[in-house]
Amino acid sequence: MRNKSPFHIFIAIFLIITVAGCTSRQKIEATLFGGGEGEEVVDITASAIPGTSQDFSVNVGDRIFFATNSTDLDEDAKSILQRQSSWLELYPDINILMEGHADERGTREYNLGLSARRAEVAKSYLENLGISGNRITTISYGKERPVAACGADACWSQNRRAVSAVVTIN
Amino acid sequence: MPKKLHKINLFLLLVFIYFLTSMRISNAALELSITDGNIKPIPIAIPVFLNDPQDDSDIGSKISKVIANNLANSGLFYPINPKAFIEKINNIDQRPDFQSWRIINSEALVIAKVVTLTDDMISIKYRLFDVINGKELEAQILNSPIKQWRRIAHLISDSVYERLTGEKGYFDTQVAFIAESGSKTNRIKRLAIMDQDGNNPRHLTKGNSLVLTPRFSPTSQEITYLSYANGIPQVYIYKIDSKQTYEIGSFPGMTFAPRFSPDGKKIIMSLQQGVGSNIYEMNLSNYEKRRLTNSPDIDTAPSYSPDAKRITFESDRSGSQQIYVMDANGKNVKRISFGKGSYSTPVWSPRGDYIAFTRMYQGRFMIGVMFADGTGERIITDGYHNEGPTWAPNGRVLMFFREVPGEKGGANIYSVDITGYNERLIKTPGYASDPAWSPLMN
Repeated sequence: MRNKSPFHIFIAIFLIITVAGCTSRQKIEATLFGGGEGEEVVDITASAIPGTSQDFSVNVGDRIFFATNSTDLDEDAKSILQRQSSWLELYPDINILMEGHADERGTREYNLGLSARRAEVAKSYLENLGISGNRITTISYGKERPVAACGADACWSQNRRAVSAVVTIN
Repeated sequence: MPKKLHKINLFLLLVFIYFLTSMRISNAALELSITDGNIKPIPIAIPVFLNDPQDDSDIGSKISKVIANNLANSGLFYPINPKAFIEKINNIDQRPDFQSWRIINSEALVIAKVVTLTDDMISIKYRLFDVINGKELEAQILNSPIKQWRRIAHLISDSVYERLTGEKGYFDTQVAFIAESGSKTNRIKRLAIMDQDGNNPRHLTKGNSLVLTPRFSPTSQEITYLSYANGIPQVYIYKIDSKQTYEIGSFPGMTFAPRFSPDGKKIIMSLQQGVGSNIYEMNLSNYEKRRLTNSPDIDTAPSYSPDAKRITFESDRSGSQQIYVMDANGKNVKRISFGKGSYSTPVWSPRGDYIAFTRMYQGRFMIGVMFADGTGERIITDGYHNEGPTWAPNGRVLMFFREVPGEKGGANIYSVDITGYNERLIKTPGYASDPAWSPLMN
């Protein structure tokens, strides 16, 4: 669903409203639309509403990853931040809480400093793309909030991240 | 800070120590030098302390067990199995039959009697003997509230340790730590405190917000730590007697890695500024802050020398984490770590001689010590993940935490002698990390 255009999303919502009644959050097979997506099961009710954090995380990408002990942005990270920037331009009422995280293979205090820097580097990149710094708050979590628990780099690489959390202003 | 009559001070007022005898005769046969790495423990006999005939709580047995456990944990003493004892102590005022204690190879003997003073007060008279020379080394009477019986045991342990090793004891101390519960990806962390031997663990915070890196004040009455209570990670102080917490000022960025100055009047910590973190000193009387480092790098984990003239900290200004020492005003910064890998979490010994640290090399995390000029580096433990050393107040023992990887993995606290011998797990109710050893309570 990553590259689905807003038009497809609109159709999807329309279909859900008319066909499924849009009352439950149960998973609906993407093959409903004959899109050739095989047997992938996607939560359309969650992914398809533009301007939500689900839309952001599924269709834009809410996180970037870092190499061990590094705060440098690689090409993947830059491309995701560029998409985040476009999305944020589309929804000017949305602010971002930029969370910096580290893996468990470092000491506690330094990891707080390191993940603060990851969040700041990501924020600066978005600012350079034209997103106002006032819309981005940063927070550092060090190694305290891993998303993957195994004791191998397969997990540590997922934990070395900066996550843009959507904050809506009313 | 206001001076209050703390509960602990009240307790101390109630502890009347009488030196019945104070024979300070040098005794080479018994006294142990622990600066030369001697690790042959002293065999010591601790017969079950006599109880007041009117008291059925068997407090004497409890106290003598805690003392034997303390002395054994130090690695410097070997409590002899009471089953081997020949003489049965019935009256502590009588001269022991030293020959019967020599036969079982005991070199020291501790005997004591508990007397009930009131419903909630007890008095303990104890005597320490040099068995080889048949001499009394120490005799004291301690009066205390009965509910503080563990403290009495720790005070007697300190006294025995001090008399026989020539070093200050460290048993009448506490350890602040982070008690961990919940799954690895949703950890609940609470500020907690326990006796040095792992007894009396209790939570100080409820677990609603993430807390990290507790450190004691020199009076042991406050703990400074990091909390996410207000969203932004900031340095707080917890006051043990009033159970109150307060922020030490509001900062635009994260404040972290706090530690008290040796006089307790200042806190030294990191303040995040953009991509970098610098070291600041905060005066607790007027909340004025002073910048001590000024770099775009990550400067953190500061710790004062015991004379407060210097500060050790870590910085990645060279490209990797390394340990530095500077004057307390931020001048004369010198790097002191030059071994392979990177170095972190420096903490100055209360004796002033060593700096303990975490060293990372080829995916292994070690605890080590080096002199403040960077010489004499020695690794004490080496493994998958050892981190965050803290010193016993006598500078002879360290605690640190060791983490086991994986979904079910977690951290436990260990103690180890600075020679690297006598490593012991400190039993905690669940996973535990970030230990911070208190100064002596008395």
